Amino acid sequence: MRQIDAALHVRGESQYVDDVPPPEGLLQAAVFGSPLAHGRINSLDLTAARQVEGVLAVLTAADIPGENQIGPIIADEAMLADGEVHYIGQPVAIVVASSRRIARQGVAAITLDCSPLPVIVDPKEAFGRNEIIGVPRTIARGDVDAAWADCDLVLEGSCDLGGQEHVYLETQRSRAIPLEGGRLRIHASTQSPYAGQRMIARILGVPFNRIEIDVQRLGGAFGGKEDQATQWACVAALSAWHTGRPVEIVLSRAEDMRMTGKRHPYRSDFKIGLSAEGRILAYQVAHYQNAGAGADLSPAVLERTLLHSTGSYAIPNVRLFGVSCRTNLPPNTAFRGFGGPQGMFVMECAIARAAEAMGKPVAEIQRLNLLGAGDHFPYGQPTGSDYARTTWDQAARSYDLPAIESRIAEHNATHFETKRGVAVMPVCFGISFTTTYMNQASALLHVYSDGSVGLSTGGVEMGQGLHTNLAGIAASALGIAATRIRVESTNTTRIANMSPSAASSTTLLNGNAVLLAANQILDRLKSLAAAELDLPGPADVSIADEQVLVGGEPAGLSWTELVGRAFKARTGLSAHGFYATPEIHYDKATEQGSPFAYHVYGAAIIEVTLDCLRGTYTIDSVKITHDLGRSLNERVDLGQIEGGLAQGLGWVSLEDLQYGPDGRLLSPALATYKVPDAHFMPDDIQTNFIPIADDTNAASNPGPYGSKAVGEPPLMYGIGLFFALRRAMRAFRPDLDLPFVSPLTPERVLMALYPEGHVAFPPIASAVEAAHER
Amino acid sequence: MLRPETQFILNGETVRTRAAQGMLVLDYLRDRAGLKGTKEGCREGDCGACTVLVGSADGDSTHYLPMTSCLMPLGELHGRHLVSIEGLNLDGLNPAQQAIVDAGATQCGFCTPGIVVSLTGLLLQPETGSPEQATAKALSGHLCRCTGYRSLKAAGVAMQESVGDRTGIDSLVAAGVLPDTFSGITPRLKAIPPRADPNGQPAAGLVLAGGTDLYIQQGAAVEQSPLDLLGQRPELHGITRAADHIRLGAMTTFEQFAGHPAIAGLVPDIEAIMEQIASWQIRSRATIGGNIVNASPIADLTIMLLALDAQLELASGSDRRSLPLRKFYRGYKELDLAPGEILNAIRIPLPEAGTRFHFEKVSKRWNLDIASVNSALAITVVDGRIEALRLALGGVAPVPLFLADTCRLLTGKLLSVATVREALEAVQAEIAPISDIRGSADYKRLLARQQTMLHFAVLFPETVPVEEFYAAN
Repeated sequence: MRQIDAALHVRGESQYVDDVPPPEGLLQAAVFGSPLAHGRINSLDLTAARQVEGVLAVLTAADIPGENQIGPIIADEAMLADGEVHYIGQPVAIVVASSRRIARQGVAAITLDCSPLPVIVDPKEAFGRNEIIGVPRTIARGDVDAAWADCDLVLEGSCDLGGQEHVYLETQRSRAIPLEGGRLRIHASTQSPYAGQRMIARILGVPFNRIEIDVQRLGGAFGGKEDQATQWACVAALSAWHTGRPVEIVLSRAEDMRMTGKRHPYRSDFKIGLSAEGRILAYQVAHYQNAGAGADLSPAVLERTLLHSTGSYAIPNVRLFGVSCRTNLPPNTAFRGFGGPQGMFVMECAIARAAEAMGKPVAEIQRLNLLGAGDHFPYGQPTGSDYARTTWDQAARSYDLPAIESRIAEHNATHFETKRGVAVMPVCFGISFTTTYMNQASALLHVYSDGSVGLSTGGVEMGQGLHTNLAGIAASALGIAATRIRVESTNTTRIANMSPSAASSTTLLNGNAVLLAANQILDRLKSLAAAELDLPGPADVSIADEQVLVGGEPAGLSWTELVGRAFKARTGLSAHGFYATPEIHYDKATEQGSPFAYHVYGAAIIEVTLDCLRGTYTIDSVKITHDLGRSLNERVDLGQIEGGLAQGLGWVSLEDLQYGPDGRLLSPALATYKVPDAHFMPDDIQTNFIPIADDTNAASNPGPYGSKAVGEPPLMYGIGLFFALRRAMRAFRPDLDLPFVSPLTPERVLMALYPEGHVAFPPIASAVEAAHER
Repeated sequence: MLRPETQFILNGETVRTRAAQGMLVLDYLRDRAGLKGTKEGCREGDCGACTVLVGSADGDSTHYLPMTSCLMPLGELHGRHLVSIEGLNLDGLNPAQQAIVDAGATQCGFCTPGIVVSLTGLLLQPETGSPEQATAKALSGHLCRCTGYRSLKAAGVAMQESVGDRTGIDSLVAAGVLPDTFSGITPRLKAIPPRADPNGQPAAGLVLAGGTDLYIQQGAAVEQSPLDLLGQRPELHGITRAADHIRLGAMTTFEQFAGHPAIAGLVPDIEAIMEQIASWQIRSRATIGGNIVNASPIADLTIMLLALDAQLELASGSDRRSLPLRKFYRGYKELDLAPGEILNAIRIPLPEAGTRFHFEKVSKRWNLDIASVNSALAITVVDGRIEALRLALGGVAPVPLFLADTCRLLTGKLLSVATVREALEAVQAEIAPISDIRGSADYKRLLARQQTMLHFAVLFPETVPVEEFYAAN
């Protein structure tokens, strides 16, 4: 099955929020953001802005009729700053005007008088000053303090991991339309329509049912529109509320980059203890998460970091500590992986350090410590499968890792100017919202009397292929062609209380809800068919290929005929399905439980070539073995794997999010913040899957038709690039102790390879040999 | 005052408008023409979501190139054919569209129309190289955050295979690859009267060459002010070859520069260099003259031209003067250029036989990124002795830097590792990099050393082997 909207996409006919023909009288809003990272507001001068011709309204915190609060987990985030500002770009005032250009002119005319307060951009500094959000968390298993004494080798180290800008190609946007009776309809680019509805109701002080959020599709999101889209929906809604006219806001790329939160930068300290043979006996880590100025989703992101802090490895004694640190950056937020990547990255750093100290191949330590079927995660959940080893071994075998290793060794022995490196990156990622109650979803399925189907769920299509998957699921369940199914926009009047489209769980949750709805309809239709065909009961009736079958044989009754008769027979042709993931739980008091429905596993082999003279590098290939379950759509799943990989590769190499000490974003444009392009990504990307026949944990996998989540896990394959590069760098300078600082930009690479700077050339043994041979 | 009229063909329809000359073609399409298939992703030419095809009549045919509509003034469309995604749509899917659908190479869909435009643009080129190379060129200016590009690369190759070696607009129309609005465009374009000759008149407003940096630097100001569109002056176009030099009209685009055989004679790997420094869309708009006058200390082409000893032809009304490029820059964005004076052309002297040229650039991303440091060397060595040498570095000073002292020091010396070591020290004395988003000052100094060494080592691997620098300390 092709991507359901592909034909519209390639023709430029897919509509995003501002592509829909504007309603009469549409106004445009722009936001004045704080010019200071931290300060007390003395006065805000709006006079000049109000005098700009074409400006209809200038709104501030005082114009919010309800509660000035949009924090999703902790109520610490004002929609519009009041009293103090806490980061550069924090929304302070809204200008509503007849055009976007005039609205921005109005914004430029606003002046804010502010007394500066101390600015913190570093999470450890924030921690030192007790600027923390929520409570620090610790997951422990075994007795880590006692275990160090049993170790043959104990090492410590620190990591500094950069953040990541989402760079969804469609910037944040929303359009609010006033309706009768004080209602508002908001067309939003959000992963979380219900959050938008809730927060707009809160700022306006109205019941939820006055606010309708409608989402057709998103031009990319990746977590950046989970809760960070709410702000802009609120801006459009508040503006429409005050003016009584439709209002749209579309952020420019620069506004979007400056004002919205990103993947959290982390600083982490680790301590690892191993036996002489390389078995990890103890691991301790402290994660200092740079949360930015407000909680946003940071506590939940931190939780996932801790739950993924031992990666794919079985370690008997662990203590995993994490704290969200309040700094003066935009509140950082969800980004594909949701804290998991940082936890796993630090674990890999610890293993790399240990392997380097022991003079063993990193992959040997990794493989030796992979999770097995009988192991437990530090939070108590059993693994239930051997997939960490299965995927690793399949990757090593199918891509011939030993041959790759020997090719690289040969290259490095015979080349001075370039060195090659390889790393294997194992991934183990837990599927479910770690906040258990969020694991619920609804679907509303209408069969129209002509046999066509309308399907609504709480899931948002953002390029991940959700609608394609849902149409496929409904079509399979009903035994009809997918082309009969129209997946409707996501709308809060059709689906209530929806969870965000996130946590790789959207197909799992909404797909199961679709199945439950479809099965209700199917049961009714089968009973009707049995009656029409004078059968004693529906037991032998099925529907396939749009035909009613009895005992597997066509009964001469088509889908459309059956539906037509059902309608005349007054059979209900609509159904609502509700799904809640069974058997998951987590106790934050003990930090133990089974928070995940299951885990997704995989392993990637990444090869690089490093130009040791210039510090630049090329990714030669990425070869992946992935645990997909029974794929609903391999084309969709492959797209998720390769796209996630690209973002992971970018995160650890190119994507260099830089803030100045004053909290100013120094890379606020695509000219200064570089993301992977077609040239950066290797031509050689291969992916294979675990054969379904070997799917030992299929029974425990609750995904629709045995499918598995695929949205986030592949991102973490990209982490392998850091370690492949590190290996190539060590081949050139084995004498150096390289730091764990990410992203590994060409600048960081060259500066690390040449600590002597421009004054002297480092003496390189292989160069001496080469020179002698001359 | 009445704004000048711009007349062009939008997809199939002739448009006559007095909208502001500086209005972005992107805004015109979305807000005036109601064509929403062209997307705004960055408004600075980095993402390609707004890519359109622009056709220019050339003799009896019309030649199409992809351009980012977010950096293109409406006034530049005068006499041209503007094709948006809507203008490529057929009843069914065109080969680019079909290939993307089949390869699963569209996810959120936001970048997709622009990519369809560029891929379709490939089919309109007389020559594109291998399907893989051609696809790389077409994708060079596009960001896709969803797919990871493998499927897009596959789609590009599949598209070219499905079309085969069908070339020429008429045959593409006949084959149902292009809508029939493409037939008969050339006579329609030729029927559009040229703008009144602006020569001799005082500059009408802000001077705009390609605009690919001006819009990023000045944005809204350019959109609203009256413009002097140099691209509309025929005398500023064209590459000619004389006995002792090559003359480039100031409005020569990067694409024309790179594609000219005379340039390939001077800079043998010019195609590869061009692929690194700018996307197809930007190469199709950015001009040599604009690159020089914009005076970015890191301008790739200017650095190359400094090493090639380019001479500027400056004109003010009927006054003409000539100035070596290396004397053009007085300070950061300060030029030896009088008010109203225009850069007419650039002359590159043909070098002595045996002159070698090399260009180095390091940026965070290899492709379509601004350099941390770039550099170029042209050198003539006779019997082991350096007869002539021109070295220029970017990103190490307030101006694109010609390293006069280093060049003087080396001229006449025997080429050797020892001589190059002298050069490395001299370079450090001549540069003054600052720390910024492109890298720390220390990093730039290190890059300056490495690149200087590499120029010699790449051009003279036998005489100046790299290993020597690392061996004898």
